[in-house]
Amino acid sequence: MGKIIRFRLNGRPVSIYVENNELLLNVLREKLGVMSPKYGCGIGECGACTVLLDGEPVLSCLTLAVEVDGKDVVTAEGLAKDSELDVVQRAFIEEGAIQCGYCIPGFILVAKKLLEENPEPDEDFIREYIRGNLCRCTGYVNIVRAIKRAAEELKFHVGKNKQV
Amino acid sequence: MTERKFVKPLKPKVDVNRVNTRILPVEFEYFEPRTVKEVVELLSKYGSEARILAGGTDLIVRMKQRFIEPKYIVNIKKVKELNFIEDRGDHLAIGAATKLREIEKSGIVRKRFVALYEAVRSMAGVQIRNMATIGGNLCNASPAADTAPPLLVFEAKLKIVGPDGEKLVPISEFFLGPGKTVLKHDEVLAEIWIPYQPEGTGSAFIKIARVAMDLAKVNVAVALRTEEGVVKSVKIALGAVAPTPIRAYKTEEFLTGKELSEATLEKAAEIVKTEVKPITDIRSTAEYRREVSGVIVKDALLKAYERISGR
Ligand SMILES: Cc1cc2nc3c(=O)[nH]c(=O)nc-3n(C[C@H](O)[C@H](O)[C@H](O)COP(=O)(O)OP(=O)(O)OC[C@H]3O[C@@H](n4cnc5c(N)ncnc54)[C@H](O)[C@@H]3O)c2cc1C
Ligand code: FES
Ligand code: FES
Repeated sequence: MGKIIRFRLNGRPVSIYVENNELLLNVLREKLGVMSPKYGCGIGECGACTVLLDGEPVLSCLTLAVEVDGKDVVTAEGLAKDSELDVVQRAFIEEGAIQCGYCIPGFILVAKKLLEENPEPDEDFIREYIRGNLCRCTGYVNIVRAIKRAAEELKFHVGKNKQV
Repeated sequence: MTERKFVKPLKPKVDVNRVNTRILPVEFEYFEPRTVKEVVELLSKYGSEARILAGGTDLIVRMKQRFIEPKYIVNIKKVKELNFIEDRGDHLAIGAATKLREIEKSGIVRKRFVALYEAVRSMAGVQIRNMATIGGNLCNASPAADTAPPLLVFEAKLKIVGPDGEKLVPISEFFLGPGKTVLKHDEVLAEIWIPYQPEGTGSAFIKIARVAMDLAKVNVAVALRTEEGVVKSVKIALGAVAPTPIRAYKTEEFLTGKELSEATLEKAAEIVKTEVKPITDIRSTAEYRREVSGVIVKDALLKAYERISGR
């Protein structure tokens, strides 16, 4: 029992047959080869499977694949433009916010949305916003710093564009 | 007709610690109705084998753990009638399938129903709040459901739609036990009506949990109206201290007409402790829950008092 779903994945149209009981996470990883969303817990606790669904961070381990028919899905693979990393991705690398990396795609997508909502986040705002994402390695300090750095770089870019 | 049981209080079919939460080991037919009428038709047709899917943050987890194995899934996310926040003059109406994130972003909720705003903000992380709905939180009927205490103190009414039409049920009559509500198999929770509170009401929500992402060990909401320091009206509700979220009527009665002095608050905290009927479980002990109930009711009363405008 299933159906063919059509959706946008990182900007490209996809059409694929899925079973009713298939989860978005598994379809992305096993059928479409999109490996940045990770299986961590499968029950909504860790955020490793986060994707942006119509721009909002959601958990792909609790989302039925049939539900994304007609929607827009973005994973970490979709952030780089013309092989240039996104500001948030660069900030994570520059701040040494990545250790094993398992949790990072989830953090980066949540950080994207965070900065869209609040371009000047303070530490409390960031910590609050990323509380649905667990990291077993870093202790979060560098992750928070990376998000702040990304915010500053974005501000700088916006400022520059205004002058032109 | 029998009551609807969302969570079988029975043992799951397999050891929960051994299930494979990578997959959904249950096969089902899947529907995406567009109207409440269609939802009710599907529920009537498939009876107890059907389940409503809203955000899925309770349902999918339970299906993975094989607590429940529905044969028909009725996804209500695309039902527009269930997804709105509307000012209706004397009350604010919220569609049952409205996401928690929409509710926390609503200016009216933040301004007029502070306790509900605080409750929603306290729940899970941003991803879950982007998925989870207010109706799902109520229908799942966890004794710890965070939206229940604020809705109890605001005396919300729930609009339920079934094959015979619609009815309004006070939220105080909605919960029957852990995972149990008055909803029948063929009924859907459609709307939550929250009456605007009289001028000069302050409200607050406090939750004690192990970590930020966890369900409450105890949660409490208070709505308080005073005149010159004297309590004109007070409503107190607690979660995770009884089989359902409860109102603390005796404490409310004691406080009404009194001045909010330290001694009065202390006495109120003592009465609360006699009203709760907590159990010991993985999150906390009965003793702790009882003690803390008194403390956070006091804190919530003070917080609500500070918020009364023009006090
Ligand atoms: C990591 C994590 C953290 C969580 N933290 C919290 C927390 O802090 N506080 C808290 O209270 N909860 C918490 N929850 C539980 C859950 O997220 C909430 O209860 C949520 O509001 C459920 O809504 P939903 O839309 O996802 O419900 P679903 O899972 O879709 O549905 C829940 C149940 O209600 C039924 N149902 C749903 N909508 C209707 C309707 N309109 N009419 C009739 N029946 C309906 C479904 O059939 C199902 O049985 C957490 C869950 C997870 C996974
Ligand atoms: S795998 Fe989805 S939240 Fe952990
Ligand atoms: S870097 Fe290893 S889990 Fe976060």
